[in-house]
Amino acid sequence: MARLTEFQGKQLLRGAGVAVPRGELARSAAEAAAAAGRLGACVVVKAQAWTTSRKAQGLVRFADSAVGAGDAAAAILAARADGFAVTEVLVEERVAIATERYAGIILDDRRRRPVLLVSARGGSGIEETAREHPESVAELPLDAVEGLPRHAARELWRRVGVHGEEQRNLAEACVRLAAVARAVEARAAEVNPLVFTGDGRAVALDCRITVDDAAVFRHPELGIDVARELGHPPTLLERIAWEVEKDDYRGTFYFLQMRDAVERGQRVVAFHGAGGGGSMMGMDALARHGFAVANFCDTSGNPPASKVYRAARILLSQPGVDGYFGTGSGVASQEQFHSARGLVKAFLEEPLAVPAVVRLGGNGEEKAIEILTGYTKALGVPVECYGKDTPVDACAARLAALVAAFTPPPPRPPRRGPGPVERPYTFSTPTGEITYDHAVCARCQSKACVAACVPQILALSDGVPVLKVTREDAARGRCTECLACEVDCAALGSEGGHVALEIAGLDEYRRARGLG
Amino acid sequence: MAILVDERTRVLVQGITGREGRARARLMREYGTKVVAGCTPGRGGESVDGTPVYDTVLEAVEASGGIDASVIFVPAPLVKDAALESIAAGIALTVLVGDRVPVWDVLEIARAAERAGVDFLGPNTLGVLSVGRGVLGMIGGRAESARSWFKPGGVGVASRSGGMTSSTGYYLSRAGIGLSTLVHVGGDGIVGLPLPVVVRRFEADSETRCIAIFGEIGGSQEERIAEMMASGEVTKPVVAFIGGRAATQGVRFSHAGAIVEGGRGTHAGKVAALREAGATVVDAFDELPGAVAKVLEG
Repeated sequence: MARLTEFQGKQLLRGAGVAVPRGELARSAAEAAAAAGRLGACVVVKAQAWTTSRKAQGLVRFADSAVGAGDAAAAILAARADGFAVTEVLVEERVAIATERYAGIILDDRRRRPVLLVSARGGSGIEETAREHPESVAELPLDAVEGLPRHAARELWRRVGVHGEEQRNLAEACVRLAAVARAVEARAAEVNPLVFTGDGRAVALDCRITVDDAAVFRHPELGIDVARELGHPPTLLERIAWEVEKDDYRGTFYFLQMRDAVERGQRVVAFHGAGGGGSMMGMDALARHGFAVANFCDTSGNPPASKVYRAARILLSQPGVDGYFGTGSGVASQEQFHSARGLVKAFLEEPLAVPAVVRLGGNGEEKAIEILTGYTKALGVPVECYGKDTPVDACAARLAALVAAFTPPPPRPPRRGPGPVERPYTFSTPTGEITYDHAVCARCQSKACVAACVPQILALSDGVPVLKVTREDAARGRCTECLACEVDCAALGSEGGHVALEIAGLDEYRRARGLG
Repeated sequence: MAILVDERTRVLVQGITGREGRARARLMREYGTKVVAGCTPGRGGESVDGTPVYDTVLEAVEASGGIDASVIFVPAPLVKDAALESIAAGIALTVLVGDRVPVWDVLEIARAAERAGVDFLGPNTLGVLSVGRGVLGMIGGRAESARSWFKPGGVGVASRSGGMTSSTGYYLSRAGIGLSTLVHVGGDGIVGLPLPVVVRRFEADSETRCIAIFGEIGGSQEERIAEMMASGEVTKPVVAFIGGRAATQGVRFSHAGAIVEGGRGTHAGKVAALREAGATVVDAFDELPGAVAKVLEG
């Protein structure tokens, strides 16, 4: 996750020369007790979870002995923070506090600059402080390249009434905090409280750093495995989704679980958006019709059909949903039949067992509607598709009507893989593998694959489809994974084509949850 | 008149030899945009569909007799260098189409643009389209779609969502309301030409009579429009829809980010600020064309 834990943040600060309390991470009561022993017994034990007001939630506890530290850790590790388990605590020496201040580097969208924000009143929430004691808060826009001049930091602290040795030391800490924020490309780096100790040092007692998701690729040293600002530790399904997206720069796939453990009848639906604005409108429309969403998902920016397919498979791995709802802005610049083919492949394989309403308005929408509704008739569950002239509210209303009238079909086995192949012809795509059974293809009347192939890389040779580009070129991207040679073949031809698109970890995830 | 782009704008495409650059340059030309040059380092001397390619931006400027706008189609990690080159060459408007441009790169681009006194649109933008005159970026996807979706007239459209830029334009046109220019300011938190700056341009544009806004939760762009209306800087009628009413729960803001903006960024806060300043804010997106029609009649 692109939010660093307090411990990670403090390590960065320590590396930049900002004083932080001595501390150790612990994952059990025994580890915490041992750490407390090494640190001198008088410690504070803090949950490593990104949540506000940890103290009030009992997620920060004080101890005066190793045994007490173990007990405190046990209590915290048994608790949940915002509905998610706490897996780590930070055991730290306690520091003699003279004054508590606040310092933060944030990015200001108005000035388009980093800003140093300080307050003479640390400890509580900075928004609250700004409201109630505006005179104690001051800010300074920074130059993104040159950083924070030391003299400007001193002057800023003077403005909020901090003087002398404390002013000099807090200013020095701020210069280093600004350097850390720049170095890790933070969207926010806050120290609250930044304390001045009895022995004259500035010490960071807490630290919250959010790294820009888009810059995570430049910072392997941070060990961020899921570059998404989720607000909770990534779920298993979110990790699987991130693996799909991580190295595939063709369009965007964003996936965020809003709730786990959904049951039929709760009016929770799988949500498949396209584009941020259209997605938000779609969720608003669902809310107006009494639906909640199991997840947020966005496939946009002209993704290949294969990416939309993988997204749909992941969405359908959320058991208990009452429906599947897809919508974008309604007037998409991208060609919508790619999304339609991705959805058809996922729906047929699953097979889809709840009503689906998908709004695929925009370029190529007539073809998209024909593919999505025409090719899914055999499913026996309602799949409706609309274009730009049907408002999103009307689509949400259709889903409500379909869900109300729906009787689930008897369970059917998933339909994946090509089955036994008599005369295989295979080649690699950028993220998968295509197999034609030339024995089937030879008998096929339509040869629909050749005409439907979007990049037009297939030709007939002795009556069967073969590549007319090299295998290397196909694998390097001449094959755009439009999925027509499976999807159109299944609907119009003889089911001789199959595109294998792995989703790492998904089969295991589904087996563990009793899904097919 | 229209804003930002018209039939006279001379356009450079950076990254024209790439898959996206090539395809989008074609869209722009087919819509009538004056694409006069392309730039790809190391590919000078080539031509793409008849457009000459140069090694450097400055060379393109000198050889083509002047460039008014550059549109950049390069992968996100390379956007900063390309933008700094365009800005250094003094090009008045640079359009950053790329998604996932690191925000500190954007801050550096903003710093350079401010010093050079030039503008940039985006990043993460579909671009800008002046109806019947020209397009920078990829609004419409295909020239024939852009021609059939957007009709000329007096409403300026500004949006924080790419897809909703096209949608807003299409639904207004379908209701018989014509458009001057459509601008997607970009989906990121920090952008070169945010909504309030675009609104200021529409205010100064003799052809634009009314401004339609698609806003979103987060940030302070909509509130700044309200401030400009309250101070009299914006006198043309503003009709707005703010997306994300139901999504607030899933979206987290940096605590300190809210405070510099004075605790702004919520759906309710934006709607209230705009209404108080005299804007028409519709509760459902479908009501937008009706509300614009009413404002134009009044």
